[in-house]
Amino acid sequence: MKSGVKRTTPYKVISIIILVILAILFLFPLYWIVTGAFKPTTDIYASQPVWWPSEWVTSNFEKLFTKRSAPLFEIGSLVAPTVPAAIRWLVNTVFMSVAAMLLTCITAAMAGYALAKKRFVGRTLLFSLIICAMALPKQVILIPLLKEMSALKLYGSLWAVIFPTVGWPFGVFLMKQFCEGVPGEMLEAARIDGASEARTFTQIVVPLIKPGIGALAIFTFINSWNDYFMQLVMLPNSANFTISLGIATLQGESSVDTGLLMAGAALAAVPIIIVFLIFQKYFTQGITMGAVKG
Amino acid sequence: MAKAPKHTMSRALVRRETISGYLFLLPSLIFFLGFVVFPMVYCIILSLTDANMYTEGLGNFVGLENFIDLWRDSVFLEALKNTFIIVVVSVPTVCAFSLWVSSAIYKLKGPLLSAFRCIFYLPVVTGSVAVTVVWKWMFDNYTGIFNFVLKGTGLIDKNINWLGDSRFALWCIILILFTTSVGQPIVLYVSALGNVDATLVEAAKVDGATDLQVFWRIKWPQMMPTTLYILVITTINSFQCFALIQLLTSGGSGTNTVMYYIYYTAFKLTEQSGHFGYANAMGVILAIFIGLLSALQFKLAKEK
Repeated sequence: MKSGVKRTTPYKVISIIILVILAILFLFPLYWIVTGAFKPTTDIYASQPVWWPSEWVTSNFEKLFTKRSAPLFEIGSLVAPTVPAAIRWLVNTVFMSVAAMLLTCITAAMAGYALAKKRFVGRTLLFSLIICAMALPKQVILIPLLKEMSALKLYGSLWAVIFPTVGWPFGVFLMKQFCEGVPGEMLEAARIDGASEARTFTQIVVPLIKPGIGALAIFTFINSWNDYFMQLVMLPNSANFTISLGIATLQGESSVDTGLLMAGAALAAVPIIIVFLIFQKYFTQGITMGAVKG
Repeated sequence: MAKAPKHTMSRALVRRETISGYLFLLPSLIFFLGFVVFPMVYCIILSLTDANMYTEGLGNFVGLENFIDLWRDSVFLEALKNTFIIVVVSVPTVCAFSLWVSSAIYKLKGPLLSAFRCIFYLPVVTGSVAVTVVWKWMFDNYTGIFNFVLKGTGLIDKNINWLGDSRFALWCIILILFTTSVGQPIVLYVSALGNVDATLVEAAKVDGATDLQVFWRIKWPQMMPTTLYILVITTINSFQCFALIQLLTSGGSGTNTVMYYIYYTAFKLTEQSGHFGYANAMGVILAIFIGLLSALQFKLAKEK
C-alpha cells in the first residue's frame, strides 16, 4: 500500500526552494574553479566580481603546462620523453590510485570472504582488531609510517602511499559485509563437487560480490586520489608529486596568480569528478554497506 | 566418513578451515599488520622517546616526559582548544543539516534524488587541495567574492581579511569543513530513512499521528545506529582536519589544531627540528580521544 495521499503543503514548497538554493551554493566553488580557469587576468582582478568570463581564454592552462616540465615516467634507467610537469603529476596520481585500488580489491575480497565464511581459530580476535583500527585516526600513524618507509627504502616513492592505503582495513570490513550474503549452500555444493578453494572463490564468490567490489574499487580510487596529507608526508621529491601536491606547491610559489591556480585546481578536480559521476551508484552502495554494524 | 552435523565440526575440518582461512587472509594481513598495526604500536613507543627526524631507530627512552611537556605547552593547549571548537561546532551542525536535507530529498523521484545526493557529495570528491585553492580566492581580501557580495548588500562597509583575522579565520575553516563533511551523512541518512519500517509509519498515521510525531517517535529511534555512526565519522573527520589549515592559514590567525601542530612539530619546527617523539605523543592523545568516543558509540549502539 502506498503511504498517504500526495499533498503540496507550504512546508514542502519552502523546503524545495531552500534545497535548490543550497544546491547552488554547494556547486558554486566548483563553478568558480572552472570559470576562473578560463577567465582572462582582467576578469580575475576586476573591482567587481565577474560572474561569467568576459572572454574564454586558455592562457592559464598554457602557463600551467609551460611552467615546469618533467619526464612522463621513469622506470629504472628508462626515462620517457619530457612533458609538462602537470601531466607527469596526473600520470603519478593515476598510477597511485589504480595500484591502490587493484591491490585493495584483491586482498580485501579474499580476506572478507575468509572472515565471513570460514570458521577458523583467531577469527573473532582478528575481526575485533580490524574494528579497533578502523575507529582510530589514520593520520596519527603517519610519522611512524615515515620512519618505517625510510627503513624499507620506500620513502619518496609512490609505493609509500599505496601500501598503507591497501592495509587500511575498511575494505576488508566492507567485503565481509558483502560476503555474508553469499549463500552457504552454494559453497557447500561446490565443495561436494570437488571444486578447489581457489576455484570456489573465483567462480562462485567473486561473481556474487561484484557490486561490492565495484563499490570498494571506486571508493579506494577516490580516497587515494584525494589523500593529500599522506602524499605530503611521503612524497618529498617533485619527480613523484601527485596532482594535489603539485597544485599545493604552485599555491605556495605563486599564490598571486589566481588564474593559474584555478587551472590547476580544475585539472585536479575534473577527472576525479567525472569518475565519481560515472560510478556514483556503486559509490553510494559502498558508503551504505560500510556503515552497517558487523 | 559420517557427515558431522554443522555445529560440531570435526577436528580435521577445523584445521582445514583454519589453513584455508589464513591463506585467504594472508595478502591482506601482510599489508594490515605491516602498514597499520605495526605503525600504531610504533607510534606509542616513539611517543615515549626523544626521537627526531635524524635519529636512526628510537632515540632515548624518556618515559612520559613528552606527555608532561605537552600540558605545559601553551601552543598545544591552544591547538587542543581550537580542535575542540571545530568538533563541537561542526559535529552537531553537520548531523542536523544532513538529517534535514535527507528527510527533504529521500522521497523525491530517483534521478532528482541522485542529483541532490551527488551535489552535496561533490565537495568531498573535488579533493581538499582544489577546494582549498578556490575558497582561498573566495575569502581573499581584495578579489574575493565574500567581500564583494557583503559590501554589495551593505552588510559590511570595509573589506574583511577573512583568513588573516583571528576573529574570523577559524569560522571560515569550519564553514569549508562543513561543506566537505555533509556528503557522506546525507547518503547514509537517505538510505536509513528508506529502510524505516513502513508498516509502523502506516499504523501511526492511521492512529492520527502528525508527520512530526511520526518522525520523532518512529523514524528517529530506528535511525539511531546510523546517527551514532555519523557522529563518529564526523568527529574523526573534524579531529583530522589538516589540509584546510595547512593551505589556508598555516596554523596562523588562531587556527592551529592538534593535527596541524603534529605535522608542524614533526616536519617544520626549527629549534627542535623534527621532534618525532613529541609529535607522536600528540598523536597518541588524539587517538585516545577518538578511541574513547568510538567506544562510547559502539556501547550505545549495542544497548539499542
